[in-house]
Amino acid sequence: MTEENKPGSAPGTITKAAVVITALAVIIFIGWSQFRHADTDTHRVVETRTPVKISIGGPFTLTHHNGSRVSDTDYLGRFMLIFFGYTYCPDVCPTELSTIAEAMELLGPEKAKQVQPLFISVDPPRDTPEVMANYVVQFHPSIVGLTGTEDEIAQLAKSFRAYYARAEGTEGDDDYAVDHSATTYLMGPDGQFETTFSYGTSPEDMAAALEKFIDSRS
Amino acid sequence: MKKIIAATAAVLMMGLTAPAFAGDISVEDAWARASAKMARAGAAFLTVKNTGSADKLVGAKADISKKVELHTHIKDGDVMKMRQVESIAVPANGMAMLKPGGDHVMFMGLTKQLKEGDMFPLTLVFEKAGEIKTHVKVQKAGAMGAMKGHMKH
Repeated sequence: MTEENKPGSAPGTITKAAVVITALAVIIFIGWSQFRHADTDTHRVVETRTPVKISIGGPFTLTHHNGSRVSDTDYLGRFMLIFFGYTYCPDVCPTELSTIAEAMELLGPEKAKQVQPLFISVDPPRDTPEVMANYVVQFHPSIVGLTGTEDEIAQLAKSFRAYYARAEGTEGDDDYAVDHSATTYLMGPDGQFETTFSYGTSPEDMAAALEKFIDSRS
Repeated sequence: MKKIIAATAAVLMMGLTAPAFAGDISVEDAWARASAKMARAGAAFLTVKNTGSADKLVGAKADISKKVELHTHIKDGDVMKMRQVESIAVPANGMAMLKPGGDHVMFMGLTKQLKEGDMFPLTLVFEKAGEIKTHVKVQKAGAMGAMKGHMKH
């Protein structure tokens, strides 16, 4: 850095120090705010085309709609088709579950056995195992409903980078809606993430994609 | 006597499934999905046709739930957000389609289970046309359309 020594002005050590300190402060502030966001940012939405480096999914132990506790390892050897939703959802969840149900039908009994659809509740306070059981049975016998404690669900959703939140302005309401990612996730028989199906994918497209995955594994 | 009753019932049933009119506005194909036994929320979908000047659907009434509201879905990235709306526009010489994934009549606090095959009365309130009564046909839980259980996409 060149310094001009103008007569009458004296930049001096104090000014230089002030500049350096301010610069350092700014850098530290930026670093701190990034760090602060990094692990509380559970609400970042993931685009469907995920770069391979980001890991999706993780281990879980939740409550099956029949009341028993199940883990992700219980489903190893089969594909897991995972959808986050809640039973109070009047439209999006029935739509997606019916798409999944129809895709399972299109696969045919042999291939359908290789896929385990899991409907995971983002509304554990209202979605007890009994409520889940009554709900999933309306769509397809293969669909398993999973619920758990708020913490268990939060952990799992975070590992899938699936967003969910109670709709604003509904505190104290019994009838609240829950905003949630409407993406369906496919995990392979080895428990690793395979792909996602965006909301609106037709049953035919879902079945065709599932078939490709199943065939490539056998 | 039984035959007359049966015949009258048949004619009445046919009348119930016909579109409901009030001036320029007609409401057709109102349907809802069956609800699970313990379900507390439901939704109805329908088509509003308008042969006159612009109008708005501003409310709805039904006996099957504690609250009846108009709702829509906003897609924000891959997140579906459901929000109450004050009104749904029905353009002049146009129509408003309340369908899955979009606008719908929302029933909150269902007081009875909606079973496939049931029909229940629904009153729609329009800003200009006033109240129009129709009947909602309950389809199966995974239904995507008014008529058939499985619709080709």
